[in-house]
Amino acid sequence: MTLDIRIHHLLGTFELDVAFKAPAIGVTALFGPSGAGKSSVIACIAGLIHPRDGHVRLSDETVLDRSKGLCLPPHKRRIGVLFQDGRLFPHMTVKDNLLYGWKRTGKRADRHEIARLIALLGLEDFMTRRTHDLSGGEQQRVALGRALLADVRLLLLDEPLTGLDDARRQEILPWLERVRDEGGPPFIYVSHRVEDVARLADHVVVMNKGRIEIAGSAADVLPRLDLMPVTGVAEAVLEATVQSCDEKDGLVELAIGKDRLFAAIPNRKQGETVRMRIGADDVTLSLSRPDDISANSILAVQISAIKPDGAHILISLECEGQILLARITDRSRHRLSLVEGMHLYAIIKTIKLVH
Amino acid sequence: MLNAAEIDALFLSLKIASVAVILALPLAIVVAFILARGRFAGKILLDGLVHMPLVLPPVVLGYLLLISLGTRAPLGAWLYDTLGLRLVFHWSGAALAAAIVSFPFQVRAIRLALEVSGRGLEQAAATLGAGPLDRFLTITLPLAAPGIIAGVMMAFAVSLGEFGAIITFVSNIPGETRTLPLAIYTAIQSPGGEAMAARLAGLSIGLAFVALILAEIATRRISHGRRS
Repeated sequence: MTLDIRIHHLLGTFELDVAFKAPAIGVTALFGPSGAGKSSVIACIAGLIHPRDGHVRLSDETVLDRSKGLCLPPHKRRIGVLFQDGRLFPHMTVKDNLLYGWKRTGKRADRHEIARLIALLGLEDFMTRRTHDLSGGEQQRVALGRALLADVRLLLLDEPLTGLDDARRQEILPWLERVRDEGGPPFIYVSHRVEDVARLADHVVVMNKGRIEIAGSAADVLPRLDLMPVTGVAEAVLEATVQSCDEKDGLVELAIGKDRLFAAIPNRKQGETVRMRIGADDVTLSLSRPDDISANSILAVQISAIKPDGAHILISLECEGQILLARITDRSRHRLSLVEGMHLYAIIKTIKLVH
Repeated sequence: MLNAAEIDALFLSLKIASVAVILALPLAIVVAFILARGRFAGKILLDGLVHMPLVLPPVVLGYLLLISLGTRAPLGAWLYDTLGLRLVFHWSGAALAAAIVSFPFQVRAIRLALEVSGRGLEQAAATLGAGPLDRFLTITLPLAAPGIIAGVMMAFAVSLGEFGAIITFVSNIPGETRTLPLAIYTAIQSPGGEAMAARLAGLSIGLAFVALILAEIATRRISHGRRS
């Protein structure tokens, strides 16, 4: 089960030339700076732009193959799009919007399925309302429900959180996660925000200037030092397992291999896997394991790469197959004589949990 | 208050204007859609052709209709022989002339509404499984409805007032082609007809005003829709 996509297209003088495969399950993030061509790729997959060359295959079904002259129109592709601006139909109620695609599916989803989805997205109270009475986040939730009820095989999300403030983003992000976790269709999620990608994505495709820089799992791709100019954030994404929760101080014990991290996060079950972001500036390095400092979270690591980053040095650290980043001064590097392959200890001051 | 001849002229005018507008509406929607969304080489020519009746003297239009649809003209003779349709000196000819004169007013209002509603929602409908005709009927047309109503009301008002093309093409026959403007003209030409002319003029002003107000209300609903 894979998505197999290759697009070659010219937009004025801008050349779009991308090819990637992604698992047809979970969330694939299409990540990169503004103007990288991400939205054009989405439009090609949905059939709203016809590229000069390329193909789009969903598992075993092909919806576009220029070499064979095959190009299904958008209404025959069963590929949904959650647009940046929602695009709810202003002359219909929320209910009519939700059922617009469903009525055109041959009604594959039954009434129970509709009720389940409406409850899943918390839309019960909106049904008879007009779309322009809803907030931006609520409109996106309705648009999400509308696309899912159209029984799509793939959902494309074109920066659906852009233009929403942080509070509104929090109104929609948890719903996206619910849909993903409740057996929704695979997502291709376009974003230029590393926080959203780290929170949602299982697989990441990094785009820049109409081309693909790298594609792979989120934990592999996001901490890559050579991608810093594209991702713009010196931050690592790590996964850890919940060991225990301490009721007294509210700290959760997380395990990466033999090492332990502690974070104040609510409602976690033992054995659950959590994903977290650790900023390069929140990591201190030590040659010996310190036991007389205030920080609780210490990882044994090995230096895998050293790279200048402006006035500082970015160090890539391997830890049980995962990558951690640390930003230090050149003076520190010389004082500690840091070289690739060295074993040392990373002291982590701040852990940002992503889900 | 109105005498029998005046009431005849009023109802004849309403009938001719209604038929003219309803006949032209489907074509006006199609042409407006082509002009709003199409990208093709001859677009400026089509645009010019549609707007011709706005700048052409109505009497020229009447003349053109007469030489092409008169019973002795080839097209007119064919219509009469095969379909039994005689437009000349008949109210249906007046409706045709009014339809042509008011056509650009319909097209302009509908085109404006189609340009405002944009393609974004149609794309969204396509990704939800709606084909081209489905999208047109469920998204494009309902969103353009205020523009269509505005265009219909404007064209209705213009049709009520058409004089030159009607008198040239179908003449001035009481009860058949003598609409309000023709009745006013006739009254002015006859001795002692001033009072009748004044009453009919007042009636025309009232009708035109009501139609314009309705068109304006519909147009405001378009700009309201654009804001929300």
